[in-house]
Amino acid sequence: MARITLTVDGAQVSDDVEPRMLLVQYLREKLGKTGTVVGCDTSNCGACTVHLDGRSVKSCNVLAVQADGHEVTTIEGVAGTVDGELHPVQEAFRECHGLQCGFCTPGMIMQSIDLLNDNPDPTEEEVRLGLEGNLCRCTGYHNIVKSVLHAARSQGVQA
Amino acid sequence: MTATQERPAVEIGRDRRRKEDQRLITGRTRWTDNITLPGMLHLAMVRSPFAHATIASVDLEAARQAPNVVTVLSGADFGDELGVCINAWPITPDQKTPNHSPMPSDRVTFAGEIVAVVVARSAAEARDAAELVDVEYDELPAALDLKEAAAADETGGALAHPDLGTNKSALWVFDSGEAGTGEDVEAAISKARDGGIVIEREYRQQRLIPAFMEPRSVVVDPTGEQLTMWSATQIPHILRFALAATTGVSESKIRVIAPDVGGGFGGKLQATPEEWITWAVARRVGKPVKYTETRSESLLSAHHGRDQWQTLTLAADKDGRVTGLKVDLLADLGSYVSLVGGGVPVLGAFMFNAIYKFPAYRFSCQTVLTNKTWTDAYRGAGRPEATYAIERLMDELAAEVGVDPMEIRKKNWITHEEFPFTTVSGLEYDSGNYEAATEKAMAMFGYDELRAEQKRRRDTGDRVQLGLGISTFTEMCGLAPSRVLGSLDYGAGGWEHAGVRMLATGKVEVVTGASAHGQGHETAFSQIVADRLGVAFEDVEILHGDTQVAHKGLDTYGSRSLVVGGEALVRAVDKVIEKARPVAAHLLEASVDDLEFEAGRFSVRGTDQGMAIGEIATAVFAAHNLPDGMEPSLDSDATFDPVNFNFPHGTHLCAMEVDTETGETTMRKYVCVDDIGNIINPLIVAGQVHGGLVQGIAQALWEEAVHDEQGTLVSGSFVDYLLPTAADTISFETEHTTSPATTNTLGTKGVGEAGCIASTPAVVNAVVDAVRHLGVNDIQMPCTPERVWRAVNRGTDGGGTEGAAMPHFGDDGGGGNQEQPGRASTEGDPA
Repeated sequence: MARITLTVDGAQVSDDVEPRMLLVQYLREKLGKTGTVVGCDTSNCGACTVHLDGRSVKSCNVLAVQADGHEVTTIEGVAGTVDGELHPVQEAFRECHGLQCGFCTPGMIMQSIDLLNDNPDPTEEEVRLGLEGNLCRCTGYHNIVKSVLHAARSQGVQA
Repeated sequence: MTATQERPAVEIGRDRRRKEDQRLITGRTRWTDNITLPGMLHLAMVRSPFAHATIASVDLEAARQAPNVVTVLSGADFGDELGVCINAWPITPDQKTPNHSPMPSDRVTFAGEIVAVVVARSAAEARDAAELVDVEYDELPAALDLKEAAAADETGGALAHPDLGTNKSALWVFDSGEAGTGEDVEAAISKARDGGIVIEREYRQQRLIPAFMEPRSVVVDPTGEQLTMWSATQIPHILRFALAATTGVSESKIRVIAPDVGGGFGGKLQATPEEWITWAVARRVGKPVKYTETRSESLLSAHHGRDQWQTLTLAADKDGRVTGLKVDLLADLGSYVSLVGGGVPVLGAFMFNAIYKFPAYRFSCQTVLTNKTWTDAYRGAGRPEATYAIERLMDELAAEVGVDPMEIRKKNWITHEEFPFTTVSGLEYDSGNYEAATEKAMAMFGYDELRAEQKRRRDTGDRVQLGLGISTFTEMCGLAPSRVLGSLDYGAGGWEHAGVRMLATGKVEVVTGASAHGQGHETAFSQIVADRLGVAFEDVEILHGDTQVAHKGLDTYGSRSLVVGGEALVRAVDKVIEKARPVAAHLLEASVDDLEFEAGRFSVRGTDQGMAIGEIATAVFAAHNLPDGMEPSLDSDATFDPVNFNFPHGTHLCAMEVDTETGETTMRKYVCVDDIGNIINPLIVAGQVHGGLVQGIAQALWEEAVHDEQGTLVSGSFVDYLLPTAADTISFETEHTTSPATTNTLGTKGVGEAGCIASTPAVVNAVVDAVRHLGVNDIQMPCTPERVWRAVNRGTDGGGTEGAAMPHFGDDGGGGNQEQPGRASTEGDPA
């Protein structure tokens, strides 16, 4: 077992974990952060995407011990409060019907936030390429792409 | 249209944002795998690596000694309490249906079948211990190739179940001449061979994997008076019935919950070995247990879809008017006849004639057992296969006649004046307007301009050629009239149930037997209730997916939830209004005859007196002052059984660019105009269409479940099974025309499967159209760059065909008027 201490969604947590434990397992099983989900075993689907020090990572592809001393943000930490104001990207996904079953959604939103941090005013093509690592089976991506473009526009207005 | 249009409809037709989304976008979700119960144990499955083998021995000792392992069990450790996996649709009385144990102890029939289960304190420890289970197998010959399996018998060839003496499970036939719904197809074909046109083709419907994003998961808690199962399923009610029917537990002692379910597409319309094993283990150990599959397990063992060879003969006169269609299918069931099983291709039987007026039709389907994962429903279930075949054939007929493929369709389709129309397969289409949808789609698409561009590119010999693909589809959905299902030997009905509970505060709880897994029922159903009952959208709560709450239901599949479940809802709401009417009259001291109900309010005609439905609910809750003898409740239930299917249709147009040097295909434009009757929520409808389109496009271009020569699934992860990404797809142009259904109050038709049914042939027609002038008349799906390149470079023959048989035609080519009938399917040779 290895002792790790990290910040998750703004709170400091500390646990003994098996060295082989994945970050996503740590989030779900130890912290109960079940908003982040597991969709595959091969880091293809991106459903488990979280932010590690502000950049998107697939949390099935990071060991919990690698997050020691770092800051993790999950889908549960991006909105201001539980029932309060949504992050503009969350709001855009709702506004544009960018989700159906919602299973890929946490990863899609986390990836989209990262994408827009890098490129606040992307073209449709840039959005599509930027989301290539996240699979969705419900939406055909049409409304996900629309959501990200919508968020870019609404963030632009705010800025 | 009835009562809804007498009141202002403020919700129906409005693009309400979904109620479901607040939780889903903030991560407050209840996927089955999120559920953790005190003392819960975890399961890992031990699966056969062989496609067909007898189990010589199973040594569980080492696994039992592993850390934190509670027990390890094999099939031999269970008796009848393990139950069986059921087939609900024996398509013929003599169907061969091998007994399907969730965990066989004698013989495995596909690579991935479960032979033992490990129970441990953590999922990781269970998986570690599963590695220690030592199973010795004696390999048997495996039936893998569909055509070879169909031909095998005791004298030769591998048998999936040797004791059956054959791999043939059932032969299902419909013949319009025999049924009296049309003429004799053989006569039509003979006539066409003499001066008419005969198109003979063999098409492959490759095996697909539904690949819902949430892997299946099941939790069973045996610690209550009712045993509770949470499962990532589309069918909690059917599961409850099947558990009771097969595991010896009283139905009244079973509660099944489908919490948040992450997609299904038919793939979670199953009674699975994993559920049955988890159920049995929980009862054995007396503790809550959970099993969550890995993605690899999901792709390997959750049922697959499609997998047919289609042998097709289309007869027409020389002008292109179709005179007959003959369809022979071979359908791969996999190693068992699963829940719907052979019923899937049978659902397609009624759809090969599509939107057309064919005078003669014959369909036969031979279902075949093989040593592969079982097949069952996948989005569209039988109808995409049928639509693909006929829409491809109509393009081939157009090429033969030498006219635009839309002209051939116009010549043969049912015109809007002809509805209701009884088809050659015996269905009555209630409404539709193919001309209107087509006209709109062609205008949006810029059809003529694109044809002109195509000609320019052909004339100049452009390396990148342009192809236009048409799919004018219809489907039967809204499963389904119970009588029809009964006549087809399906084991259940097709009704749906709804209940409306008027709460004391005027809020409304609505119970539905439909079981959403991404469709947005909570939003759309709330809109229906809000309009009809005249209450606020926000005041309606939709409850579903738990047999303790929604005690009756037949769940969600076959685009049925709105057209069957929504109608049940309308009827339950109407009963509430009728129960409230005498209360309103009593409280308003008026005659019932003087009351009118509008926008949620009973008012006395000619006065300003009135009461809202919520106020009446409060008065009924208090029950202080009710009419004499009245039951103090407004709550009402309704169960609706439709008299007919319903028939959405649409015109889909696709433009594909094909690089003739590399075989690469690029989608340029996709336009569809769907007629799904009246629309409750256009936002949700658009989402359903988009998602369906991409699944259908993916069949055309990318997806295929591939097994190696040993029967191992080699496309068993998302590295190998090619789901499209955002970067592979484009944005779509979707529109609608409206021909309301006449068989439900709201005039709605199903939409869940439409995109997936329509898009596959539109795409392949476009790809073939792009290179037809180079001598290509077919490319096998998925149309990979390699297959396209081979087709372009070898002309019509296009490469090996996996031993493809000559369809209805003999060695002499059968007299069809194509150069090489039958050698139409083009699959790249193995490199």
